[in-house]
Amino acid sequence: MDLIIQGFTWIFAAAQWAGGGSIPVRLGEHLYYTGVSLAIAFVIAVPLGLYIGHTGKGRGVAIAASNISRALPTLGLLAVLVLVFGVGLLPAVIVLVILGIPPLLAGAYAGVESVDPQTVDAARAMGMTELQILFKVEIPLGAALIIGGFRAAALQIIATTVVAAYFGLGGLGRFLVDGQSQNDYPKLVGGAILVIALALVVDGVLALLQKLVVPRVSAGTRNTRRTARGGVIPPVAQSRTLIKEGQ
Amino acid sequence: MEWVWTNFGLIWGLTLSQVWLSAFPIVIGFVVSIPLGYLASRSRVARSILLSIGGILYTIPSLALFIIIPVIIGTSILDPINVVIALTIYAIAIMVRSAADAFVSVPEPVQDSATAVGFSSAQRFFAVDFPLSGPVLLAGIRVVSVSTVSLVSIGSVIGVSSLGFLFTDGFQRNFPTEIWAGIVGTLVIAAVFDGILVLIGRILMPWNRRSSPALARNVASKRSVVLR
Repeated sequence: MDLIIQGFTWIFAAAQWAGGGSIPVRLGEHLYYTGVSLAIAFVIAVPLGLYIGHTGKGRGVAIAASNISRALPTLGLLAVLVLVFGVGLLPAVIVLVILGIPPLLAGAYAGVESVDPQTVDAARAMGMTELQILFKVEIPLGAALIIGGFRAAALQIIATTVVAAYFGLGGLGRFLVDGQSQNDYPKLVGGAILVIALALVVDGVLALLQKLVVPRVSAGTRNTRRTARGGVIPPVAQSRTLIKEGQ
Repeated sequence: MEWVWTNFGLIWGLTLSQVWLSAFPIVIGFVVSIPLGYLASRSRVARSILLSIGGILYTIPSLALFIIIPVIIGTSILDPINVVIALTIYAIAIMVRSAADAFVSVPEPVQDSATAVGFSSAQRFFAVDFPLSGPVLLAGIRVVSVSTVSLVSIGSVIGVSSLGFLFTDGFQRNFPTEIWAGIVGTLVIAAVFDGILVLIGRILMPWNRRSSPALARNVASKRSVVLR
């Protein structure tokens, strides 16, 4: 426990807050790698996931992708790509994008699929085009799961960026890797505390966002649901339960 | 390829340590999660508390957890037990949610009829709830198994020996073959573990052999969304 205190002392020492390898610089690098990779993964995975969810085509591909990515050892993938491309941003971003795609894809697909088919049919019957159904019905109702995928991807990428420091990349992982090789325990523990804090803050912010986007069910619908116990539950309320379950 | 044959002894030794380092967390995680998951399926308060704690623990990046655990429990930083404990924590964090979903998936009328014919709550748990939640539990533990096997290798960054050693060593020696051997080895272990779990499921749940119930599939696919 003493080391935890030393870790915090290290974090709050003035030396850590200015200069080349300071905490703000490392944090900035970490957020930069994470942001770039998330953005690329998002552009690739979310449209694909929405397409799979809306049409129901390629469902197996989405599930298989997420299973395989879970089995792939990130450390090995990073090691190979760094040897191929040399130390730098490119190999790290490639790995981070590869790891970010499956959760984003699965989230987008599951979000759209979680919407009650009756609701979609109702929208179609009202004359909405397929794109309107996607953007005005499926995405808003599935938003919580879609953001859930984003949340999972963000955390996966933040965690892997820590490991990437082993291969000479910047970011908060530097403190862990350098602390280890220099036998500098306060630095090692302080770095670990910073990494945990970053992960928890990002997760917390995205969790909050996830809560906010769940569409509000109107008071009338809610009453119907309460009085109609065991009877027919309105579709809107049904899909809402599904989304909540998915969190 | 030749390197693999000449160094087979090394690879085999690392494979064995990887198997042990991942088998313990999977088994302990499963055993601990059953009572916790049952509790979470019975009480709304317990569910939200357990799942929130699990969610927070699962958020912690593995490398940071490997370093923080010895500091908290006072073991040496190179001790493999740190990795086992960290991975057990992750396993429980994922599995409690699966177990809670699994027990909720047991149809209420079935539980009620068991009570009606005079089952005590313990009898009902072992004879009704536990077997019927089997398919969803299996789906959950398969996810735990795969992710545990792949996470073990990260321990090699802090010097805990596993197939991950081939990644760090191959990188330092600029030798991709060694890294590929490690990646393939990890995937093979994950596949073998998965096969064993499926086999255990087939033996213990013969009624489930033909068709995997829609619910188990549904829950499993949701899992893959929420978890990294």
